[in-house]
Amino acid sequence: MKEYRPTHVGTVTKYVFVDSPLTTPEELVLKAYEISKGVMIKETCFGLQVTGTPQDVKAFIDRIRTVDPSHIFVKDRGFPPGDPRRCRANLGGARPGYHGHEYELSLIKFVAHGLEAALGKEGVPPAPVRKKKLLDASVVKKMMEAEE
Amino acid sequence: MVKVFIYPTTSLILSDMVERFGHQPLGSALAIRERIQTPGLDSPPLQITPEEPKHGLRYAAVEVPSGVRGRMALLGPQIDEAEAAIIINDADYAFGCMGCARTNELVKFLIRHRGIPVLDLVYPQNEEEGERFVSALRQFLQSLGGEQA
Repeated sequence: MKEYRPTHVGTVTKYVFVDSPLTTPEELVLKAYEISKGVMIKETCFGLQVTGTPQDVKAFIDRIRTVDPSHIFVKDRGFPPGDPRRCRANLGGARPGYHGHEYELSLIKFVAHGLEAALGKEGVPPAPVRKKKLLDASVVKKMMEAEE
Repeated sequence: MVKVFIYPTTSLILSDMVERFGHQPLGSALAIRERIQTPGLDSPPLQITPEEPKHGLRYAAVEVPSGVRGRMALLGPQIDEAEAAIIINDADYAFGCMGCARTNELVKFLIRHRGIPVLDLVYPQNEEEGERFVSALRQFLQSLGGEQA
């Protein structure tokens, strides 16, 4: 037996799952990078993993939940992200624990509905409205002049 | 804030709900993290050493398979520490080898034997059941003195 030297001692890692008609994992990750001060983010197909000190991770989770409160679900993870003992890049096949998450994610829409019913619609952010901003004519004119 | 043991111990839904309503979920991830972050002898993949089945003797007899005792070394102290528990009774994915199956039975028995408040649930299969599921969880967790989510 050889000596074991742990990495990421004193940190916590959490999974953030999103299953929402309004927020995709990509949008969630972009938001996460905006607020990721002091924590490490790993993108995944279902959301992300976040690693950092307990205080930083808690602050991060509190903020990321506000993106879509009823459709974001958080869970602890024992291993740090990319750990060769768990990462499927090293093992092949589904990651241990994947099938449990897959099963619960198939039911999570009912839980999200229950949360909306219990907490009221205020817990749900409004659908994002993207207004197209028209380009100002004076800006176009300046660009044309710059080209000349 | 109350420490709430969750079963299945890897449940995403229970872990999230307990934290969302202001309590601390106790599950296998925390027990594994504790071992992963402790220096010692290399024992991959979960850092479960030959010492763990010995610690498990506190919860299961020596005739019980070492797989059960090893698992109880992780979950037993959490059951001792828990002030409440939530059990989902139809979690088919928690079923595995005999080690897992017998550990699951023992975990449920020990929770009930402790006499702490326990909430029994089944997974919701439609929106109506989802409402009842969340409502039951919310009521139970708020009765423990949790914050309003």
